[in-house]
Amino acid sequence: MEATLTSLNDTTRRQVLIPGFSRPLEEHEMVINMGPQHPSTHGVLRLELIVDGEIVVDVIPHIGYLHRCFEKHCEHMTNYQQVIPYCDRMDYVAAMNNDHGYAVACEKLLKIKVPERVEYIRVIMAELQRIASHLIAIGTYGMDIGAFTPFLYCFRDRERILDIFEQTCGARLLYNYIWIGGLSHDVPSDFQQKVKDFCKYFRPNIKEVNDLLSYNKIFVERTANVGVLPADVAINYGASGPVLRGSGVKWDLRKNDPYSIYDRFDWEIPVGTGKMGTVGDCWDRYMVRVNEMEQSLRIIEQAVENIPAGDVQSAVPKRIRPDTADLYVRTETPKGELGYYIMADGTTSPYRVKVKGPCFVNLSLLPAISRGSMISDVIAILGSIDIVLGEVDR
Amino acid sequence: MGLLDQKFENGNIIITTADNLLNWARLSSIWGMQFGLACCAIEMMATGASHYDTDRFGVFFRGTPRQSDVMIVAGTVTLKMASRIKTLYDQMSEPRYVISMGSCSNCGGPYWEHGYHVLKGVDRIIPVDVYVPGCPPRPEALIEGIMKLQEKIRNESLAKKKTA
Amino acid sequence: MIPQEIADNLKAKFADAILDVKLDGVIDPYARVAPGKIKDVAVFMRDQENMAFDYLMCLSGVDYTGGKLGVVYHLSSMKWNHKFTLKVDVTVENSHVQSVESVWKTANWHEREAFDMIGIVFDGHPDLRRILLPDDWEGYPLRKDYKVPEYYNGMKVPY
Repeated sequence: MEATLTSLNDTTRRQVLIPGFSRPLEEHEMVINMGPQHPSTHGVLRLELIVDGEIVVDVIPHIGYLHRCFEKHCEHMTNYQQVIPYCDRMDYVAAMNNDHGYAVACEKLLKIKVPERVEYIRVIMAELQRIASHLIAIGTYGMDIGAFTPFLYCFRDRERILDIFEQTCGARLLYNYIWIGGLSHDVPSDFQQKVKDFCKYFRPNIKEVNDLLSYNKIFVERTANVGVLPADVAINYGASGPVLRGSGVKWDLRKNDPYSIYDRFDWEIPVGTGKMGTVGDCWDRYMVRVNEMEQSLRIIEQAVENIPAGDVQSAVPKRIRPDTADLYVRTETPKGELGYYIMADGTTSPYRVKVKGPCFVNLSLLPAISRGSMISDVIAILGSIDIVLGEVDR
Repeated sequence: MGLLDQKFENGNIIITTADNLLNWARLSSIWGMQFGLACCAIEMMATGASHYDTDRFGVFFRGTPRQSDVMIVAGTVTLKMASRIKTLYDQMSEPRYVISMGSCSNCGGPYWEHGYHVLKGVDRIIPVDVYVPGCPPRPEALIEGIMKLQEKIRNESLAKKKTA
Repeated sequence: MIPQEIADNLKAKFADAILDVKLDGVIDPYARVAPGKIKDVAVFMRDQENMAFDYLMCLSGVDYTGGKLGVVYHLSSMKWNHKFTLKVDVTVENSHVQSVESVWKTANWHEREAFDMIGIVFDGHPDLRRILLPDDWEGYPLRKDYKVPEYYNGMKVPY
């Protein structure tokens, strides 16, 4: 139909419903699919962007491309301990913290008290894993924005942490190390020295990351004042972890709802202050991660000084058959608050395990904070939320 | 003046077959498509980073299937993702190869028994050239997988057409 | 506030909606609520000043065998640092529960997941469709009587 003067001046808005897309489109809108295979979506996530030129009108995330039926597997495993390798594979970047959360939940269910040596080693492993996870977050975030060098530097430092893990339990990424009631292997004899060497090596590298990336003018322009998340919206949406702390809410489960022995160490909770832009923008969330790495180093240095002697396998139960009960336990992983709702029914395998993954909840924030920004800002916001699809889809 | 200048006794003339020359060119620069699905993707990224470097083998990750030679399927393939993998494989131009990395894409991995949404092996939908076992495979294992693919390419011939 | 006070507050305001309260002998004290009243209870728990449950920690769908389904809400308050649990029971034939999406936006995706996996329908949810499984999947996988399909779109599902 050729454009005539009357049709150009026709101001009635027509909506078009295209099959397969989530909502009817206005005439000037366009749908762009950031499909499951995309270098910047940190995994298999499909974002349906409805754009008006370059401005994003709506973002509709579609997940489920990595749904691996974790909850169904839990019900069919013959033993509570056999669930632990599957817990590893949920948030595969921070496997120790997932195992820790599940072990803490089961120990509360079974009323087991673990030896002090186990607690100290668990805290050291969890904090080392937190540093490793934040290194990936920072490195890939820089890569999304366009800076390739910090990615290589972060991965170089991460290899040092993976060396320590490999010497302890044999695996680089998915460990099956933290068992219910103890650990799978005791640490090697030079563990303390290695961890101390790592802390001494890594502390100046945080300053290196800041020099390379954090205060870089281009990085600040791309991330400050972008994707501002107000604190009350964050709480209502159930955000947790650096996403919540970046909005200025001083809430960390290790201090506010303590588990394990975190209350014995002296460290601080970093929050976003709006230094480069507004409180709750992408730069704040990113900076919270950098500062958390430093606080984790403080915890590790305090913990590694006095690891008590003992046997790491002494409290591991031979048979796990809890009475009928259900409980919800939450722990703080690098991504946020990981919760396990476990229902036991008197048999040796769980009746129902529901996992509340922090990335699942944090990702649901994405439409709310990216409306009105540009397409490249959506990438910056997605990187600052730091999702791992294994945990979103379980 | 160049890498090979003045290096041969017979006056700088090398005689080889067209097959060898083409295969040598192809195996020395296998460009992979970034296709990390799950945990194995992190190990693939670690292989591409500076500690275990893939760039020294000529392997460089591209974002689009149109410009890549190999698709390294790293991670669990779910039924929802399977049709997209087939589309991406069809979009790659020949000669194209597939490396299946990790146990999930070899045979379903730890999810083989009760995974109702997991495809038990990516070879149910696309033809695979090299299988790299492990959960996740170490970076050295992935590099060995790439070298096995290089051996396979070395033995190819222009006369025999590569099917599918 | 301790769980006893929370339970008393609830029973004082909603005498008929609270079906059962269990505080002793369980690890997480809970109150059982009627499915048609859960939204009013949720608004009360969020807005009341000395309870202030502003954070929905988790919303899980459960399949208690024998044709019974349920939803479990774990709530916490950032202001007072206390927690409480609410449970709702429905049946397979009538699996409708009021949605609390307008109270806590967290519930949006959690309820979609409960619908996807267990088949509980949330009335008042703005966009109730499958979230983790493909849109044309049949059945609700986390039910105890679920049978894995033989083929899906031409691909063999079992090993």
